[in-house]
Amino acid sequence: MAQEHCTNQGECRTGQFTALLALGGLVILGALYAFFTLEHHGHVLTGMNNQIVWGLPHVFAVFLIVAASGALNVASIGSVFGKDVYKKRAPLSGMLALALLAGGLAVLVLDLGRPDRLIVAMTHYNFQSIFAWNMIFYNGFFAIVGLYLITLMDRKLKAWSKPVGYMAFFWRLGLTTATGSIFGFLVARAGYNSALMAPMFIIMSFAYGLAIFMVVQSAMYTWNGLVLDEGVRRRMKNLLAIFVGASLYFTVVFHLTNLYFAKQWDFERFILLDGGIYTQVFWIGQVLLGGIVPLILLFMPRTKDAQKICFCFLAPLLVILGGLAQMYVTIIGGQAFPMQMFPGHEVTSTFFDGVVAQYSPTMYEWLLGMGGVGITFVLTVVAVRAFKFMPQDDFHVLQMRRSTD
Amino acid sequence: MNEHDKPNSVEAQARRDFLKTGALVAGATLAPGVLFYGVAHSRAPEEAASSDKRFGLLIDTTKCGDGCNDCVSACNTENGLTGETGPQDSQWIRKVDIKDLRTGYVQSLPMMCQHCENPPCVDVCPTGASMKRADGIVLVDRHTCIGCRYCMMACPYKARSFVHEPLTDQNPEVPRGKGCVESCTFCVQRVDRDEQPACVEACNTQGHNAMIFGDLKDPESALNKALKAASSIEVRADLALNTGVRYQGI
Ligand code: SF4
Ligand code: SF4
Repeated sequence: MAQEHCTNQGECRTGQFTALLALGGLVILGALYAFFTLEHHGHVLTGMNNQIVWGLPHVFAVFLIVAASGALNVASIGSVFGKDVYKKRAPLSGMLALALLAGGLAVLVLDLGRPDRLIVAMTHYNFQSIFAWNMIFYNGFFAIVGLYLITLMDRKLKAWSKPVGYMAFFWRLGLTTATGSIFGFLVARAGYNSALMAPMFIIMSFAYGLAIFMVVQSAMYTWNGLVLDEGVRRRMKNLLAIFVGASLYFTVVFHLTNLYFAKQWDFERFILLDGGIYTQVFWIGQVLLGGIVPLILLFMPRTKDAQKICFCFLAPLLVILGGLAQMYVTIIGGQAFPMQMFPGHEVTSTFFDGVVAQYSPTMYEWLLGMGGVGITFVLTVVAVRAFKFMPQDDFHVLQMRRSTD
Repeated sequence: MNEHDKPNSVEAQARRDFLKTGALVAGATLAPGVLFYGVAHSRAPEEAASSDKRFGLLIDTTKCGDGCNDCVSACNTENGLTGETGPQDSQWIRKVDIKDLRTGYVQSLPMMCQHCENPPCVDVCPTGASMKRADGIVLVDRHTCIGCRYCMMACPYKARSFVHEPLTDQNPEVPRGKGCVESCTFCVQRVDRDEQPACVEACNTQGHNAMIFGDLKDPESALNKALKAASSIEVRADLALNTGVRYQGI
């Protein structure tokens, strides 16, 4: 039975495959168009300005990078914690991690003011800068996860997959810590100056990465006309619920800490109560759609058919949406809130001091951000087509284990 | 403090060499940063940046006129800024009006790069383009800035601007460029000629005398005497950045 499921999907549905590629390619072309236009005219065409210096592209970029490290989680559970169901999914998990990271980094680079100086960024490191450390972490991630994939897929190197898997696991924790710290180090801004930023990013990365993994896995099963084993589905569903719950919990702790220990009342008031769009995106996007609704969907008892939809597509899709909302609130909301230079004073100036900064992204920011998603998409589609990334479960064993669960 | 002042790594040396060559080619009109690196290691007489000095500025808000914009205009003229104040326009110095919420007392003061001794912008810059000269002036090296804007995220004073558009009509002494970040340089090109920054000069010429510029390490400087005579504060002293710009009267 197992053989049936590991057929390479290369033989059939070439037309649809080409259509998917074309779609992804079109999105990437859009990003390239935006890139060359901005390169020529400058960022004046975007909604970003001297108050909101990081905009929508960074929302997408940081989300993809954070999700990349989370997507590797499935592999880690397999090799580090020795869970068989996850081991079978390690190659797909590693490949997705690379594709996500590539997409995220591409957006960061395409948005630079001087992308032509990328070589400068690679040859001049300021080792005090957490940003520079991130670049090292990203490059290492490509190398280690790439190596990990090779050990997983080459029979002769299989024995190495465990130690390399451990390395990838710790490297990934470092990477997400470093990404979270990009914000944690911005002591000047009320929204970012928290030691909780990095651990919160790690927890959230688990949720986002797993959600993306589940969507891709479900799509692959559907594409091949297969049904994911119920036991596997249940495990992943529970895992996603744990991660989503933990993310919600961390969100609560983060804001409570700000309120009671850091005394960031004004900032908290802004995000939680009267920040307009940011308050809405926080409550409706991040908390409700990205947290509470998926949890309900995951736990609500329902018929078998409905289960398939909610668990495999809808719940993880909502988690992804919530993740983008969270990044929007963190990155844009954190900048929109005026910096407190003169506590106890009302402040005005020609440079928008003391007022909530306005931001409305233009088409170019959307094109750049979506371009990252497009790159991830195309890489995934091609990889899944060219290599055997389809999880290869031994269903008999699974069935037996389930009966003893 | 001294280890902060000396760019002493191999990488810095390589950059120095590179920049020195660049300076030779382009002559005297290059960026202040290049000038520093080029000059500091040649036998040029002026010996521009020395760690024996730390430049600083004292601003007396009680003398700063409400509605007066002379320092801002002077900066714009000196550094070739348009003076426009849209959300995407560069402003190296701006007038900030503050009103005490309890008492209603209104003050006006100029705000610009505070030339921190421990500058967050320098800490976070991935390429080292944000840098502090030996004499404490914080600059962006136009040739290594990649336009990531992380320094803008890090600066507690919103002192930095990103150049959103291609520029024309630049002051040859103050090269700027699309896609790079920039901020107040204390008019380094003037300071290296032993002149005052344009804003300070304008303020004094107009008779306000709200700004005193000088060397914080020279006990005899007018700046130090004024600092000794009355209490002054750093904005956001809680961050312990030891700013080179201090304020009196807030
Ligand atoms: S005021 Fe801002 S730009 Fe100036 S040195 Fe300090 S952190 Fe850097
Ligand atoms: S924008 Fe330029 S100066 Fe600022 S952190 Fe990035 S590379 Fe450094």
